[in-house]
Amino acid sequence: MSVLERFESRFRLERKVEFRPGDTVRVHVRVVEGEKERAQLFQGVVINVRGGGMRQTFTVRKISSGIGVERTFPVHSPGVAKIEVARTGKVRRAKLFYLRGRTGKAAKVEEREKTGGDGA
Amino acid sequence: MIGLLAKKIGMTQLFDESGRAVPVTLFSAGPCKIVQVKTAERDGYRALQLGYGTRREKCQTAPVRGHLKKHNAVGTRFLREVRVDDAGPYQEGQDLTVSLFEVGSRVDVIGTSKGRGFAGVVKRHHFSGGRETHGCVTHKQPGSIGASAYPSRVIKGKKLPGRMGGARVTVKNLEVVGLDAEQNLLWVRGSVPGAPNGMVLIRTKK
Repeated sequence: MSVLERFESRFRLERKVEFRPGDTVRVHVRVVEGEKERAQLFQGVVINVRGGGMRQTFTVRKISSGIGVERTFPVHSPGVAKIEVARTGKVRRAKLFYLRGRTGKAAKVEEREKTGGDGA
Repeated sequence: MIGLLAKKIGMTQLFDESGRAVPVTLFSAGPCKIVQVKTAERDGYRALQLGYGTRREKCQTAPVRGHLKKHNAVGTRFLREVRVDDAGPYQEGQDLTVSLFEVGSRVDVIGTSKGRGFAGVVKRHHFSGGRETHGCVTHKQPGSIGASAYPSRVIKGKKLPGRMGGARVTVKNLEVVGLDAEQNLLWVRGSVPGAPNGMVLIRTKK
């Protein structure tokens, strides 16, 4: 392990990416309203995972009242309280940007058996 | 002012209390031996000569070897001076470590920028260049460099292609985000000149 990796591991959250592109995840986002803090849910399909170490991010896409919304979260951000996998998806590529041009049934990702090997 | 010689390790990002990403550069800083204390009486100015790194003695020139031997710092690779107002608390042979700095304080970092070789005006001086398409034949050229009959010469200081980078660059007022005295690590907010493994001088803000 390089010095830089060792350094990063001190600050990294005990969090691993346990989802893949195509999975549907529920991201609990910490929202501070005045004094109070609450969790806001953002549920959608993971269409991109990029980077590594402290700089790893993932992008979640959902359709919110007919409009496509994408949010990119840093995996190790303290602003992300929790990431739950709601559904695993079966896809054949790492980046699912093709979903952007699709709506309705065409934008659906086939389900993958959780025990299934490599998804493809 | 006091400083420390360091090796740039690389950049990464951390998150602050409010969850915002902070870009940081990590250094392996010191410990640096004070090789020589320059005094106003003898040298005409007050400074500390710091030593860092190791180098085989046979690779060093005789004058450097002699100097290091005289000051009990045989095999030191880098020597740099830091001006001090008062050398009082510092003595020859003393080791300086990252504990010189405080978290939250400001430092200047001096390094050698990455060499870009002979670079054109677009890269070197941020000229906008010409358009790439629609029949244009000059894309990255400087264009006119002056008038003709008068002044019949190119104005001094005209921005033209040439050697870029590989020069001493100072980045001022960087925040010390954290340090680790045990492992001689120091990290500051922002970027610093030079490639990883390059030697830099970190000094307290002027």
